[in-house]
Amino acid sequence: MPRLVHLEVSRRDLLKSSAATIAATGVAGVGAAQPAEDKMKSSNTVSFTVNGKAEKLELDNRTTLLDALREHLHMTGTKKGCDHGQCGACTVLVAGQRINSCLSLAVMHEGDEITTIEGLGQPGALHPMQTAFVKHDGFQCGYCTPGQICSSVAVLEEIKANIPSHVTKDMQAKVTATPEEIRERMSGNICRCGAYSNIIEAITDVAGSRA
Amino acid sequence: MKFEKPAEMNPIDRMKVVGQPIRRIDGELKVSGQAKYAYEWHDPAGSHAYGYPVGSAIAKGRILSIDSKAAQRSPGVLKIVTTLDVGDREKGKFNTAKLFGGSEIQHYHQAVAVVVAETFEQAREAAALLKIEYAEEAGSFSLKEGKLSAVKPKDAGGSEPDTSVGDFAGAFRSAEVTLDEEYSTPDQSHSMMEPHASLAAWDGDELTLWTSSQMIDWWRGDLAATLGIDKGKVTLMSPFIGGGFGGKLFLRVDAVLAAFAAKAIGRPVKVALPRPLMANNTTHRPATIQRIRIGASRDGKISAIGHESWSGDLAGGQPEAAVMQTRLLYAGENRMTAMRLATLNLPEGNAMRAPGEAPGLMALEIAMDEMAEKLGMDPIEFRKLNDTQVDPENPDRPFTQRNLNGCLDLGAERFGWKNRGKPGSRMEGNMLIGMGVAAAFRNNLLLPSAARVRLDRSGILTVETDMTDIGTGSYTIIAQTAAEMLGLPINRVAVHLGDSRFPVSAGSGGQFGANCSTSGVYAACLKLREAIAAKLGFNSADAVFADGEVRLGNRTVPLTDAVGPDGLTGEDGVEWGDLSETHQQSTFGAHFVEVGVDRFTGETRIRRMLAVCAAGRILNPITARSQIIGAMTMGVGGALTEELAVDERRGFFVNHDLAGYEVPVHADIPHQEVIFMDEADPYSSPIKAKGVGELGLCGVSAAIANAIYNATGVRLRRYPLTLDKMLHQLPEVA
Repeated sequence: MPRLVHLEVSRRDLLKSSAATIAATGVAGVGAAQPAEDKMKSSNTVSFTVNGKAEKLELDNRTTLLDALREHLHMTGTKKGCDHGQCGACTVLVAGQRINSCLSLAVMHEGDEITTIEGLGQPGALHPMQTAFVKHDGFQCGYCTPGQICSSVAVLEEIKANIPSHVTKDMQAKVTATPEEIRERMSGNICRCGAYSNIIEAITDVAGSRA
Repeated sequence: MKFEKPAEMNPIDRMKVVGQPIRRIDGELKVSGQAKYAYEWHDPAGSHAYGYPVGSAIAKGRILSIDSKAAQRSPGVLKIVTTLDVGDREKGKFNTAKLFGGSEIQHYHQAVAVVVAETFEQAREAAALLKIEYAEEAGSFSLKEGKLSAVKPKDAGGSEPDTSVGDFAGAFRSAEVTLDEEYSTPDQSHSMMEPHASLAAWDGDELTLWTSSQMIDWWRGDLAATLGIDKGKVTLMSPFIGGGFGGKLFLRVDAVLAAFAAKAIGRPVKVALPRPLMANNTTHRPATIQRIRIGASRDGKISAIGHESWSGDLAGGQPEAAVMQTRLLYAGENRMTAMRLATLNLPEGNAMRAPGEAPGLMALEIAMDEMAEKLGMDPIEFRKLNDTQVDPENPDRPFTQRNLNGCLDLGAERFGWKNRGKPGSRMEGNMLIGMGVAAAFRNNLLLPSAARVRLDRSGILTVETDMTDIGTGSYTIIAQTAAEMLGLPINRVAVHLGDSRFPVSAGSGGQFGANCSTSGVYAACLKLREAIAAKLGFNSADAVFADGEVRLGNRTVPLTDAVGPDGLTGEDGVEWGDLSETHQQSTFGAHFVEVGVDRFTGETRIRRMLAVCAAGRILNPITARSQIIGAMTMGVGGALTEELAVDERRGFFVNHDLAGYEVPVHADIPHQEVIFMDEADPYSSPIKAKGVGELGLCGVSAAIANAIYNATGVRLRRYPLTLDKMLHQLPEVA
């Protein structure tokens, strides 16, 4: 009982169909700019900065930003928990915004400024959020922790920028960093050790001292 | 050191470092991304390749052939190692299912091949190109059906499958008030955040494996057996573990695949289980069906208590020991328990945090709530009335310490239990509000544990033991123990863990890690103290180690001088006498939960949680508290959302990733409170501690079920307590 299904579709066919879809939805030009060669190039060079340092990598097009960091730059602070955007352990900041780096191909980040947990702070010179996580014991095994910390730094910026969330009650008023707001916004970062109560205390501590 | 008599006063009792709220000594590494987990060792032994595992697409049967030609031609592929290539292999002694080797398929997603390539992307692509031909066989996948043919298990994990005291049937029949109900708990997944991962490197016939293991020595032996090599040829390293919860107790296939693959290509290989493979490839907590019968007099005294449980596992497996707590938790002269085991062809069922206790108390502690309701008693008063200070099956065997009633009373006071109303009587907006309580109860287990300590001339005390820290705080409490024993500040202690070259420890499991591993460190430190005293000509029993000095009478010598230029070492371990047989050692607690249930949708939200725990000496209130709140969180998942959904036609867990298997997220968990009773149990160890990691999970889910009942008047007995089970029973909305 062979389980494999062979898709008799070449990359070129896929490109053509995706270009057609893009044109049909009115976002022209993105797919069409690709060279329609028979032999597609399977790797590309990409340049971005990580924690302020310029990096230039020749990468398989399929390499995620997460694997570029972990396997190519050997910056393993960013964690792979699921590789499917379900757990948040891979959260990094790109131009200050949090993303799941497992859901993003590295070659899409040409020219981007990427910040990882290593860039937020290091032992002896920790970021206030890292210090607060230690103080409030906002972790146990530590595997989701870099993602929690990167996410929480971005969450406070999102609240500061007055971006509403699902639990924001008054869309006219300024958004404040209540525990409820923080919990809602942090819910993409799973912690199976169950340090949530302490994590909220850590984030609230930092939010309070900034306010 | 053999621990045979209750501990007397010893240096730990000073509690200058032990028992203090000291922040994790590995905390800064973890928050800055510097703690290295298994998959993160880059080229420790030369450039490594990537292995990508392939899982079986059937649950039961045989592999007829594996066509790897297309995969072999795929770019970057170095080697494909299949289960047929390695042939039948000795199964490690701790696993029920074989991990890899041979043509037999015992469960879905069993590893059938590993594809090795230069890059992860290449290996993953080629893994999808394998063509595998199976001969599928019919299997049994339904516990409900399996229950009908379930048998008395030969092996019930070291305990009797059937127990009986007095005349249960007669006492139950003649009891004034009785309860006879069935409960069920689903299959659950550990779902730790770090996937199982290993990097293997061979040097001749010697293997070094960087992996993610709770039990270094168990893994080492089982890996050597599977590979067919001498245990002494295997070195294991697991200094940081991204969670385990029992899922990393026993050797897993990533280690086996990495070892075979590395051997095959003559280069190091690393392998991680992709998240969607984990639920079916590894172990899970088996589902249970439980029947509980309680008979009592009208004044609330239990005269008969019976607990039966049915669960399933692969042939050769064990039952989920859900009835064990009932043997000890409440008084009652007439008692019975029974476990029956169905053979199921689902993945291997095995230990997950509080194995047996968690699902057992999920049922028993609802039953106690129901019984209190029938008696018209407060559920706290009903539990207190049926407290026992001795093993109810053997009254000559006392508990060493048992303050369940104290936990219930203190919790009731702190939680505002007196404000709890009748079921369905309290509403805020659209939410029906209710409170629930449950007892927490878990035994204290004792395993041998050894350590080596070395004090160098700069005054740094280094501890080496193969103990693991799965987030529990082992690094920190071991440092505290060593610092206390030698009279040093904690910043003079270095702790090295998770390396098979170090003395064998208890490891992390069964909430025995903290008490046992620190006892091993205690024993090693006693040896070092003796060595230091001997060198100075002191009587070690009278020497005082404090403030970085050793003192005897009016002589005071700085430790740095005492150890001399070469330093001094102490190595020893703890072994256990029969104190756990003559006495029952257990930990206790009370969980209090307040829920809100939406009266229109039946959605349950947790509003408040409190745990009061009596668990011997608390070595570090910060890390112990984190253990408890983490377990409470897992209990919320177990109550409300967690369930591995079984496809009973094809025989696998359908929701095998973190999107489908719903563990609690931030928005599900309120602020949590924990109170520890001030205890020290001289029967447990020289440290006088017991465990807390599993205690925190015991009873939580039942407290939630009881709170839902108090909120709505709807009694749910089948976990998870989802809204579909409640909706049609909710009170009419006016």
